[in-house]
Parts: sequence; C-alpha cells; structure tokens
Amino acid sequence: MQKRISNLPFQGTKEQEEKLREIIARHKGEPGAVMPTLHEAQEVYGYLPIEVQTMIADGLGVPLEEVFGVSTFYSQFSLTPKGKYNVSICLGTACYVKGAAAVLDKLTELLGIQPEECTPDGKFSLTACRCVGACGLAPVLTINDDVYGRMTPEEVEGVLAKYSV
Amino acid sequence: MDMVNVKVNGTPLSVPKDYTVLEAAREAGYDIPTLCFLKDINEIGACRMCVAEVKGARSLVASCVYPVNEGMEISTNTPRIQKARKMTLEMLLSVHDRKCLTCKRNGSCELQTLCNELGVDDTETYAGDVPEAQVDESTLHLIRDNSKCILCRRCVAACQNQYVSVIGTNGRGFDTHIGCSFERPLSEVACVSCGQCIVSCPTGALTERDQCQEVLDALNDPEKFVVVQTAPSIRAALGECFGMPIGTNVEGKMVAALRRLGFDRVFDTDFGADLTIMEEANEFIERVQNGGVLPMITSCSPGWVKFCEHYYPDLLPHVSSCKSPQQMTGAIIKTWFAQKNNIDPKNIVVVSIMPCTAKKFEVQRDNQDGAGPGIEDVDIALTTRELARLINLAKINFARLPDEQFDPILGVGTGAAVIFGATGGVMEAALRTAADVLEGKSLDAIEYTEVRGTQGIKEAVYHVGGMDVKVAAVSGLKNANEILAKIRSGEADYQFIEIMCCPGGCVNGGGQPIQPASVRNFTDIKALRAKALYDEDKNLPLRKSHENPEVQALYKEYLGKPGSHKAHELLHTTYVPRKRF
Repeated sequence: MQKRISNLPFQGTKEQEEKLREIIARHKGEPGAVMPTLHEAQEVYGYLPIEVQTMIADGLGVPLEEVFGVSTFYSQFSLTPKGKYNVSICLGTACYVKGAAAVLDKLTELLGIQPEECTPDGKFSLTACRCVGACGLAPVLTINDDVYGRMTPEEVEGVLAKYSV
Repeated sequence: MDMVNVKVNGTPLSVPKDYTVLEAAREAGYDIPTLCFLKDINEIGACRMCVAEVKGARSLVASCVYPVNEGMEISTNTPRIQKARKMTLEMLLSVHDRKCLTCKRNGSCELQTLCNELGVDDTETYAGDVPEAQVDESTLHLIRDNSKCILCRRCVAACQNQYVSVIGTNGRGFDTHIGCSFERPLSEVACVSCGQCIVSCPTGALTERDQCQEVLDALNDPEKFVVVQTAPSIRAALGECFGMPIGTNVEGKMVAALRRLGFDRVFDTDFGADLTIMEEANEFIERVQNGGVLPMITSCSPGWVKFCEHYYPDLLPHVSSCKSPQQMTGAIIKTWFAQKNNIDPKNIVVVSIMPCTAKKFEVQRDNQDGAGPGIEDVDIALTTRELARLINLAKINFARLPDEQFDPILGVGTGAAVIFGATGGVMEAALRTAADVLEGKSLDAIEYTEVRGTQGIKEAVYHVGGMDVKVAAVSGLKNANEILAKIRSGEADYQFIEIMCCPGGCVNGGGQPIQPASVRNFTDIKALRAKALYDEDKNLPLRKSHENPEVQALYKEYLGKPGSHKAHELLHTTYVPRKRF
C-alpha cells in the first residue's frame, strides 16, 4: 500500500528546527547522508513532512524527490504525525485470527481516521503494526506504552475513553 | 589501448578491455536487446532484458554493465537466455496497459518491438493484480501515464542528467512508481519542461501534450488566418519520422508538406533567429559599453530560462531580455505582417513547429503578447513529432514531395540562423554580427569553430572590435549548472555565454523524433543532425544575420533600429523568480 501523506498543518518549533539544522550539518558531505538524516529528523519531529524533507534536501544538496523516494521506500519512515496517543493494533498472525481486523474497523469508525493517520486535533493517531510479542493476549492493542489484551470491538470505546484528556 | 581476447558465441575476437559484454557482442555482430540501458545516462542493469551467459559465471549476467575480461566466453542466444528474456517481457506485460493500437508509441515502442522480436505469444502468462495507474496531466507539455510505465528509470536518469531531478522512484515493491516528491503533480515542482524524459521513454508512458486537434480546428475555421513557422532544427530531424537517415535536411519537403496541410503562410523561425541576433548583439554591445551586467547569457531556450528562474533566480539579470526566435517571429507576424496585409491580428493563429516541449510552456508565459494584451505572440507550439502526426493524418507522401520555398516576408533565414539549432550556433551567429558591427566592416572570417561540436562546455576568447571577449557555449543543464555555480561564486570571467537546455542544443530537443536506445546508444544523433545544419550554413549565400534583407526591411519600415523603443515593446520580455522545492 502506498504511504499516506499527512495534510495536517506543520507545527514544527524553533527548537526542533535548530536540532534538525545541527543534524544536517553533521551529516552533510557524508556518502549516503540521506538515511541517517531522515532517521534523526524523525526522532525530532515524529514524522517527515514536506517542510522537514525540504530542509533536508536543501541542506544536504540532494534533490527533494530523492529524499522523498528514500522516505517512501523504507517502512520505518512515517509521513504522518503521531498523535498525543498513538493507538496501535497488532495485525500479526495470532491477533489477526483472533479478530484484530474487527477491532481495527471499530477504531477507524470511532476515531474517524485510517491507519497511518492522525486526528485533526492531534490527539490520536492509528497504526496497524505487526507482532508485538504478546500473542497469548491476542488480539493486542497498545496506546503509547499501555497494553490491552484480548480486545473485542465492544471494548474499544471504553478503552479510548480513558484517554479523554 | 589495452585489449583483451574474448569469444562471442564461439567466435574469437579482441576488444578494448573497458568494453562491456554488450559492446563486445555488438563488435562480434550480435545485438543484445536492452530496455533500461541508456549509454552514459542510465547504466543500472535493472531490467534483465540484456542477459547473457558468461562461462563460469554463477548466473546470467546483465551485459550492459558487465565488463569483459581476458579469455571470457560469452553466449548471447542460448535457450536459457531466450527463456529468461521472454519471461521478463511477459512479467512486464502482466502490469502493462496493452492498448497498443491507440498508443502514441504504437510502432515506435521498444517494449512492443522486443515482444515482437522475442516471440512473446501470450500476454496473460502472469495475469494478476495490476497497480492503480496514475496519470499526470498537470503540465502544458507532457502527459505521464504510469499504466504504460515499465519502471526502467530512463526518464529519472534523464531528469537527473539535466540537474533537475523532479521525478524519481517512489514507494516499494508492487507500489513502486515514478512520481514527484510528495506525489505532487508535475506542474507544482520545479520541472523545466525540457522533455528529455519523453525522448528517453521506451514506451508510451511519457508523451508530449498533443495539440494536433487544436491546429486542425484552426485550419478548418474559415475566419482564421493560420500561419506556421518552423524552428531551424526541425529540417534536420523531421525526415527521421518518415524513415530517412538521421541528419537528412528536409527543409524543402517540410515547407511543401506544411503548405499542403493548408497553412495560409509558411514562415521560417530562422527569420526570428536573425532578428534575435540583431537585438541580442545590440544588447550585448550596450551592456559592454554601459557597464551592464556581464556575462550576458542567451535566452532562446525556454527550458534553460525556466531552469534559471527555479534554480538560479539571483542570476536572472544575466539573462538577455530578448524573446526567443519563436516569440519574436510570432510578434512580428501579428504586427508588421498583419498591418502590411490588413489582417486583424485577433484572427491570426500562429502555429510554431519546435524541437521542444518547453516551447509549449513558453507560449503562455506572461509578457509574450507584442501585438497587444491578450494577443499571444504564438498560439500553439507543436513538436516535430506532432507535425509528423499531422502529415501522416493527411496522408501526405512525404518522400515524394517536391522541395518548396518559405513564403515572404518572414521566409528568409541566413546561415547564422540555421545553426541556432545546434549548441554554439547562437554564439557563432552573434559573433558574426557583433564583430562586423564593432569593426565597422564586413569580415570574411566568420567561422567560429571553437564553439562548434557536441561537447557540453566549449570556451574561447575572441578578439572583437579591439577587445577580448571570453565566451562559453554550454548545452545540457548539468553543464549549465557547473558554469552558473562559477558565475555565482565569482570564479567565472566570461562576457557572453550561450546556454541551451538540451544536451547538444535544439537538434537533440525533447520534441524531436524519438530514436530507440538501440540506435541512440551507438550513434551520436545530435552530431549527425547538427552536421545537416552546418552544411546548410556553409552553402547559403547569406551567412550573417544583419545581411538578412527581410530583417533589414523590418527595421527600415517598422522597428527603426535594434534596441529601439518599438523593438523593446515587441521583442523583449521579463523573467520571474520561481520556487525550487
């Protein structure tokens, strides 16, 4: 599936920009500088929007399309921001056969977003991940560092309600 | 040269040691089919079409990038190879939109040719999912239809070779596709419209925006007075569309064909080229004498101008304010010619035949309406390929046409104008005129051979009118970038620079006939086409722009002198900085 590209407004801060400039300066001139720069930039911003990739392209002297090509090739790069609460549903084999797809459907319905998207208020983002190593609890849902096991679609609303602030 | 001994299909031969297997096989008389390989531009060994067997090698090798070595035994046509090539084609076809009959490249498609030659007899062998096709119709100059794309990346490499790099490979695996950053339409990125991607495409994935119907509509409208003009380099390339050898000059037949298509006048953009020289040489002399911005850079090539606007907006004051020959010719048709013939310029449709897709962009630029607001200098710019399409549609037997002459009063071009189509030609034409003007006499030494040839950057110093003028003739934007960076840093000390967007100049433009990689990889097409122009120049009685009698009449009757107020109104333009990202 093609990577989703966020159309939410960019909300980078001055501090983040300073950090990014420092990262770019450190990698400039290195062979293969794009990958490590993207990695570290994602640590700073949580994702890699056009504003960030443009700074990287300009700073490293690499075409923007090349930077974008790399960011869409590797699955670890995200083009959508993470919300305050990142909801991640495991679609690994065990979770899937135990009904994770129905849980995911409920999540997209309640949050109004698709996997790899973020709610406009920046509160929730949704990720469909692979095995988290807790197959005994399948299907597994995580919200940031909290783990919820043996999820059913009926329980989803109650779990999300815990993250109302 | 160091040689090595190899065997190709059992035949021993000796080849230079830097040869690839592909080159060695060719030397031995065997062509190996290729798809992704474009010599010096795209050497990535990705498509696996060119596989060959090398004795002792673990698997089939990609012959386009595999170097020869001493004692190598190469096979180019075993059952194993044939099976591999056929399978590659069948897999490509499984995700290819196979509507060949209505494809622009029907008959000139490299994929189609290979399927035919290699005996592909089933398009459904690997039938299955097909990726969702994207079509980009956002620009004025091209259409990208990814359902015809085979991901050879030749376009990506061509774009990179132009130092533009606005297209590339996005996504991964089955989702891999050619596109722009953040999946934006091409119109929103810093594409210069040069069309080098189109002439590099082996299939119909990239084509020019076809405007033939607009021309036919104009020709069929009794209210319209439809005038056509042809750029210098069309005559050196159009014949290829009708099976003639590369480098055949078909000027006379081209004029005859245009007349038979029904154009009311057939004019020569060479007239506009001579006019450009009058204005540009004058501008250069003024800049030199009045301490203007130097080096001055030519402005005939709209791809180059757009490149400067996107990538070097700070250097725009260096670009000559002269419109391109296409636009100058259009402006004069809709003013001087219109007035002399009592035709309302609003009813004139100017069609230009250009070697160039960027001309489609240029015609709609701001400040290109010399005859008045809303009256565009040129209405429709067609590529050489589109003209061939019109000729085929009208079933005109091109080879059997007589040679005919352009119409007055914009039908005379000098040798100086003819060579505009090749890199270095504008520089040489300008020098021929500037030298005469500055020396105050007609000089006999008019061949500036140092700026001829297909190299990307040519430099020379000429002693003209008591001063040394350091010039450079540059073609291909990668080379332009090199020179521009030097101007920006203050390293360069040129006074006058010619820049052409496409490598080799207009003869190799993005609107010219497409030659398959099998020809392109082993033939210097731009040199052959350029030779046709230099040969014509050599044989013309008039070889200096200021000797063009029609241009002289234009100044006498209408414009006054070069650089006059009227000339500025009609023949000069402005540029705008554009964003790079």
